Amino acid sequence: MRALETVLTEKGYVDPAALDLLVETYEKKVGPRNGARVVARAWTDPAYRARLLKDATPAISEIGYAGRQGEHIVALENTPKLHNMVVCTLCSCYPWPVLGLPPVWYKSAPYRSRAVSDPRGVLADFGFTLPKDTEIRIWDSTAEIRYLVVPMRPAGTEGWSEEKLASLVTRDSMIGTGLPKSPKDIEDIEK
Amino acid sequence: MNGGQDLGGMHGHGPVKPEPNEPVFHDDWEKRAFALTLAMGMPGGWNIDMSRFARENRSPADYLAMSYYQIWLAGLIDLLEERGLVAEDEIEAGHSLHTPKPVKRILSPADVAKTLHRGGPTERETNTAPVFKRGDRVRAKNINPPTHTRLPRYVRGHAGIIERVIGCHVFPDSNATGAGENPQWLYTVRFDGRELWGPDGDPTMQVSVDAWEPYLESA
Repeated sequence: MRALETVLTEKGYVDPAALDLLVETYEKKVGPRNGARVVARAWTDPAYRARLLKDATPAISEIGYAGRQGEHIVALENTPKLHNMVVCTLCSCYPWPVLGLPPVWYKSAPYRSRAVSDPRGVLADFGFTLPKDTEIRIWDSTAEIRYLVVPMRPAGTEGWSEEKLASLVTRDSMIGTGLPKSPKDIEDIEK
Repeated sequence: MNGGQDLGGMHGHGPVKPEPNEPVFHDDWEKRAFALTLAMGMPGGWNIDMSRFARENRSPADYLAMSYYQIWLAGLIDLLEERGLVAEDEIEAGHSLHTPKPVKRILSPADVAKTLHRGGPTERETNTAPVFKRGDRVRAKNINPPTHTRLPRYVRGHAGIIERVIGCHVFPDSNATGAGENPQWLYTVRFDGRELWGPDGDPTMQVSVDAWEPYLESA
């Protein structure tokens, strides 16, 4: 790997300092905390929620997140009747500006093969059982549209600040393979 | 291409194994493979569809045996060699042995943030009107190009409903072969689980793909 980098650097095709910056950006700056802020704002601000669901790209840009692999974002709202789950069966398409780079399982054959044919079985792998009568909708990201799931706001969070709510929003809840944390999960950590 | 990347509906891969507290990268070489792939797009002159094809265009047995960043690295090396930017003996030697090919631009550290922020939007202006509208019943065509396509096998031949007219977007099947962007109307098409998987399919499930107009016909 270093050998290839050396060749490309010696040829003048890449600047190693730019490579370091690319790595640092996705290791330290861009990640699921971004998406959590978007979701928390949608939970607390009805006008923002409406803008997000109507046209997510500008709504997300308002908070400062935009760019590569998030040029065209669609937000999908979970309800008691409908659960959304996102996959890319053909590669690894994922909304980088709001979730960062995808986890290994998202890019792996088990998830990509079964998400579209046995989604409840996949959710069981995450220890998550969806009520039998909830419709499940899978979004296969086959084009340049990137999907962000807006999970349901957990009960018992009335009056919480946007920042505290964001701490409940997990990466998996924004892919649709998990739920947000409950207030009790947070209390357990604080104890 | 009907390759190892087209995984929807395949059996035998076992359970999904989430990794608690997973790091962004698992090893230093993954960081460099990731960054080199992003940085070489500019001097290399290829587009995202050519990159995707370079990754998937290998034996399905190899594709399925490789890790994600191994696939990225193999795709990058193929693109570099095909375009004469790097020769095989140089990768073996770990040093430049031949005169570099002139490139237009390279990614400078000062440009990283703005290049990432700009991204690569794929929506294009058009004078044409979309053939389909929301609610139309359509069928995914039975096409099997050996080149890059974004119509997965598991929907081919099946009927669904146009849920959303997204806009006019760069057509990957053309863009990947160097035939130009050839923008086409793009739709979200929703299929019932049992239409895709038969009577044993989950009746509470629906699946959508985003499909360009040339992939679809009226049903």
